[in-house]
Amino acid sequence: MTVKPNYSRPLDIKHGRVDMSHGSGGRAMAQLITELFAAAFDNEYLSQGNDGALLPQAAGRLVMATDSHVVSPLFFAGGDIGSLSVHGTLNDVAMMGAQPLYLSASFILEEGFLLRDLERIALSMARASKEAGVPIVTGDTKVVEHGKGDGVFITTTGVGVVREGVVLSGDKAEPGDKILLSGTIGDHGMAILSQREGLSFSAPIVSDSAALHGLVAAMLDSGAQLRVLRDPTRGGLATTLNEIAGQSGVGMMLYESAIPVNLPVEAACEFLGLDPLYVANEGKLVAICAPEDAQHLLAVMRAHPLAENASIIGEVLEDAHGFVQLTTRMGGRRVVDWLAGEQLPRIC
Amino acid sequence: MKYVDEFRNGILAKNIAANIAREVNPNGQSRSPHPNPKGEGTNERSRESQNIRTYRLMEFCGGHTHAISRYGLIDLLPASVRLIHGPGCPVCVLPIGRVDQAIRLAREAGVILCTYADTLRVPASDNLSLMRARAQGSDVRMIYSTQDALKIARENPLREVVFLAIGFETTTPPTAVAVRQASVEGLKNFSILCDHVLTPAAMHAILKVAGGVALDGFIGPAHVSTIIGSKPYEPFADDYGKPVVIAGFEPLDVMQAILMLVRQINDGRAVVENEFTRAVTREGNLKAQQLVAEVFELRDTFEWRGLGSVPDSALKLRPAFAAFDAELKFSVDYVAVPDNKACECAAILRGQKRPQECKIFGTVCTPENPIGSCMVSSEGACAAHYAFGRFRETA
Repeated sequence: MTVKPNYSRPLDIKHGRVDMSHGSGGRAMAQLITELFAAAFDNEYLSQGNDGALLPQAAGRLVMATDSHVVSPLFFAGGDIGSLSVHGTLNDVAMMGAQPLYLSASFILEEGFLLRDLERIALSMARASKEAGVPIVTGDTKVVEHGKGDGVFITTTGVGVVREGVVLSGDKAEPGDKILLSGTIGDHGMAILSQREGLSFSAPIVSDSAALHGLVAAMLDSGAQLRVLRDPTRGGLATTLNEIAGQSGVGMMLYESAIPVNLPVEAACEFLGLDPLYVANEGKLVAICAPEDAQHLLAVMRAHPLAENASIIGEVLEDAHGFVQLTTRMGGRRVVDWLAGEQLPRIC
Repeated sequence: MKYVDEFRNGILAKNIAANIAREVNPNGQSRSPHPNPKGEGTNERSRESQNIRTYRLMEFCGGHTHAISRYGLIDLLPASVRLIHGPGCPVCVLPIGRVDQAIRLAREAGVILCTYADTLRVPASDNLSLMRARAQGSDVRMIYSTQDALKIARENPLREVVFLAIGFETTTPPTAVAVRQASVEGLKNFSILCDHVLTPAAMHAILKVAGGVALDGFIGPAHVSTIIGSKPYEPFADDYGKPVVIAGFEPLDVMQAILMLVRQINDGRAVVENEFTRAVTREGNLKAQQLVAEVFELRDTFEWRGLGSVPDSALKLRPAFAAFDAELKFSVDYVAVPDNKACECAAILRGQKRPQECKIFGTVCTPENPIGSCMVSSEGACAAHYAFGRFRETA
């Protein structure tokens, strides 16, 4: 009697769905990992096939950042949860002034999720990771029962190294410093929201989701005295600046007319009663630098494709109350406060 | 953005500001109202020792309060023009008992309770709000339109769906549409808790309140006036001698309306003028008015936060639509509940106090943890001052 060769039917990505066996630790899980994730992410560390990735000695201080991604809809103009989960974490690493080196990816899948959607997400992550030059070296998959997840949740962790002499931190802003913004605000949040609400515009709103470490490298190369870098994601520009003001114990004055907003974003915000200052970005950064270096830094940023619309949007002030203020286009002033609760549309 | 940027033009704003300054102080040296962008010495706009007349103008609507704070218009105005926030914020004037009613329905009657955004956060009795009731398991849903509530009712035929209908004349027509639609469709699981209120009644109440705020004129509502027209404000000019200028919600609208009011006051005139001609006529939206009249009738009296019980100031469903009246359907009575003792919302809604004059403003009462309703909605006087104007007290 001859032993039959090992054979298992390939994963039916076209018609199949995630079921509980894909998280059970058995053959089905191994197959999902091999045929879907490993096939997409393939790199020398992942193919070690061990519980963790063994990585070479890093040259410099390490930065590590993690980010969980839940987004509805999963696919949107300008990206999807896959590319977002790569960009989001890369940017957190980059805001520390680090060159990202490796990523991990952990998936929580809901029973019944379409395998073809999962493959689309994995391929999108693979593309984003390849473009960024940062491999996904380890990962994990869990499956939760139907109704206990929202399709797919992805947590990514990134590791990077900081070059010698670079120390960026939210507590380093000083009165007199200039505040620079790399481009238009609100694009990601309004891309998601307008899709969710079924709003359409003559030019669709596209998420700005992008990996910023290349831009950061150029900014570090410029020699400008950078104090703080941060990406204004959830909570938008207003929240990010309030965080920095709080950490540094300073106030800020922004100029409304210097803050770029794309027209459809402005229109959608107007329509829904939202303020773009509080809407999420996924491919923008805020930089705070010494005043004498601001113009040079601005020129360097504008020369980079991800910051063509960069501008100096304000300055750091001495203020014991830590108010972030704005000079409006009208010439009046107001506070730009923390967001209270959720941003909700107004009634009348 | 077309049709918006034109009304947010900073250069025009400065021109209007200069005109206001000239009207207010015709002989005065041209003291520039232009702000100091560094935020230094902000409150030093010297209230002149000379006898300059003051202009106490109430902006009735929360929409105006929001615009004034958001664009920092105070910085463009002379010190003698004082803006007083009015009660025109739908969630602000809703008394605790009305929110309690909705919470009781959601918790005890097990209905799907639908309402507009900010209403979810209004503090109610027992340290509850609709949002907290939701966290405790009640089915409370935020909707953008009455059509969403109808949709939820159609999709859940075995559940009762109640729409907590709040707002001034702007939000009433969409509720009327929904009720009529439900009636035509024979939608038996849909009803409304009707808390729709009327603007002119509240303005009367403001002027009649004993020891009330002294006013020289009103900045009249924008969106409300698109529905009711400018005619209902004529008694305020004719009988009370208060000028009214109806203004849009954009910053230039507000500036222009202030200029028009100052001119009326200087001329000793009191008439209803319409700055918001691109949207408001004297008669208003007759079709919407007919629709509302078909579905609703006046309540004898309605309790407002701050204004107390005001006769003929709110609406209820007509008997023909009684089947859609949640108050009848679930026999959930209104029980009046006093406001928190430390909270000054009532006086603020009457225009008698400013948010910063409330002891708990910015300490116990913040947008994250509101004690009174004025701290909830972005149109509320306290929330607007907290979010946009707080720096003025520190300078």
